[in-house]
Amino acid sequence: MSSWYEASARQRIDALTDPASFEEFIGPEDREISPHLSLFDLPEQFDDGIVVGRAKLAGKPILIAAQEGRFMGGAFGEVHGAKLTGLLRAARKLNWPVLILFDTGGVRLQEANAGEMAIAEIMREVVLARSEGVAVIGLIGGRSGCFGGGGLIAGCCSALIISEQGRLSVTGPEVIETNRGAEEFDSKDRALVWRVTGGKHRYLIGAVDRFVEDSGEAFRQAAVKALSRPAKLNIAVLEAEQKRLETRLSRFGALTEARDIWSTLGLLRPEAIPALSVDAFLAEGTAKRETADDAR
Amino acid sequence: MEKLTFQFETNRIAAGNRKQAIIGVVASGNLEILLERSLPPGQCSIEIATAAHGFGPVWEAVLSDFVSRRAAGGLKISINDGGARPDTVALRLAQGVRMIEVES
Amino acid sequence: MTLDEILASLFPAGHRLEIGQTILVGGADLKGHGPAHVLGVHGRAYLGVDDACTLAGRVVEIARSGDKRPILLLIDSASQRMSRRDELLGLSDYLAHLGKSLILAGAAGHRVIALLYGGSAAGAFIATALAADTLVALPGAHPEVMDLPSMARVTKLPIAVLEEKAKATPIFAPGLDNLAQTGAVFETWSPDKPLDGQLLALLARPSAADRRDTLGAERQGRPKAAAIAARIVELALAGA
Repeated sequence: MSSWYEASARQRIDALTDPASFEEFIGPEDREISPHLSLFDLPEQFDDGIVVGRAKLAGKPILIAAQEGRFMGGAFGEVHGAKLTGLLRAARKLNWPVLILFDTGGVRLQEANAGEMAIAEIMREVVLARSEGVAVIGLIGGRSGCFGGGGLIAGCCSALIISEQGRLSVTGPEVIETNRGAEEFDSKDRALVWRVTGGKHRYLIGAVDRFVEDSGEAFRQAAVKALSRPAKLNIAVLEAEQKRLETRLSRFGALTEARDIWSTLGLLRPEAIPALSVDAFLAEGTAKRETADDAR
Repeated sequence: MEKLTFQFETNRIAAGNRKQAIIGVVASGNLEILLERSLPPGQCSIEIATAAHGFGPVWEAVLSDFVSRRAAGGLKISINDGGARPDTVALRLAQGVRMIEVES
Repeated sequence: MTLDEILASLFPAGHRLEIGQTILVGGADLKGHGPAHVLGVHGRAYLGVDDACTLAGRVVEIARSGDKRPILLLIDSASQRMSRRDELLGLSDYLAHLGKSLILAGAAGHRVIALLYGGSAAGAFIATALAADTLVALPGAHPEVMDLPSMARVTKLPIAVLEEKAKATPIFAPGLDNLAQTGAVFETWSPDKPLDGQLLALLARPSAADRRDTLGAERQGRPKAAAIAARIVELALAGA
């Protein structure tokens, strides 16, 4: 695979996991499609846009879920969400780590209430699994990004890996613009979108843990390393997170531009950050960024 | 959604022994194809679900061409169409058959 | 019911709440049940990074205390605050942290009960009301993922078409009935009976694992979710 961004969900699983180790649960042959899309005369996909199953990563058994960002924007519908809910419940019983390959615009509007419920149920299962030490690792780098409820689930993960192409946010720029006007957020300004929601900014403010090349091999290496990160969620971790998030507000809460945040972090030429190669960006950014090491 | 079904007889059996293959994505201008090696060797069936109504004859032409060119005997083929053009359909069918021809 | 009426009916003996512009924080005694922690968003306020941080901080303190007292969330909010600043500062971290804290407090032995009496939407809904162990509502509450006019804009379908389709299914449109039928809202309380009695009755029920998907199936709101999740667990355990 050349580009994670361009790849399909199945190609990403293939690139990430040990060869021939992936076994799908409720695969396309089961035809568990959405019961709701036909009301809107919308086409269905046999896996409802998410591929889940078990595999091995560097020899270790894992559970894995990959969203297909090109089907309905990778959005959470009833069946789509339930596959991930079940996977996380299984992870807690088996005590196996879970990799979530996010590629989602959020909740699927045609099934909004089911999608919203799924997000809430998934977050609960992530927290409960992690309270028992299960690692839940999120990978963000697809063309639909990780928006809305997907962003909230990501915020519950024990580690997050992002590429430059990745975006992580709650409200999408178009929705902010529709609600508050282009002056608040010009959603057509791609550079602005990436400065606010993109991988480099998220890495610098500590909203993610690792920043990688747009390739299967880079995501794979980062995922293997993330497996050995502490994953347990308890009150001490929540306290550390509380402190970290309060600090972020006091350091940057009065700033309105990403470049001002990067400048406050001590980056020498904030305007040059977007053009930096992955290696050059990591060389400068890793030492100066905010981290979440004991707090996620 | 329009549902179409086509049945073909063929004396060329799909090579390999993989039980199933899946290719493509249901997105605008694209389609997903699920191939299952589940029919008697001389038969090939193709089911399509599509939001684009009235293209029966076009599907028939593309699928007949496919069955005449490729060994597809024994395959049950199911398609969810996102509005793909005929050449994309033909491409995915060829990709799908190549996937299922692999010896596993 | 107004917030004041609700507070008077929940806590006839009075309360110790600080009610700010957008959030409320504090406690109150429940008749025969001892003190409860009380938190909330009121006035249909948007939930942004600042309030999410404050509320989460209080939840984490409560969880650290180990007092295992109930946590009551009173909710009348809008959606998450939709602004460049909130996204710049990483709103997903703040909302996730609030949700995580409520869920973990619940797992640590606090009964976390959300009473939805006004609005709640999208990301705010997920981080507050839907992060509680149990969500109850008063008639007139208005939970939603997205309002219909916005949905019409995004889906490029006329509102009339969406309204028509909403008659056939509870799966997408806003409203208490739909969120109850899909399993989100456990029960709707009566404004004509004392709220404290209804709360105590709820607290008397044993706490249980999340069965909202099963509830959604029983109420014929979410026909497939519970079964799909259960089958995934079955398949994962079978081959392990």
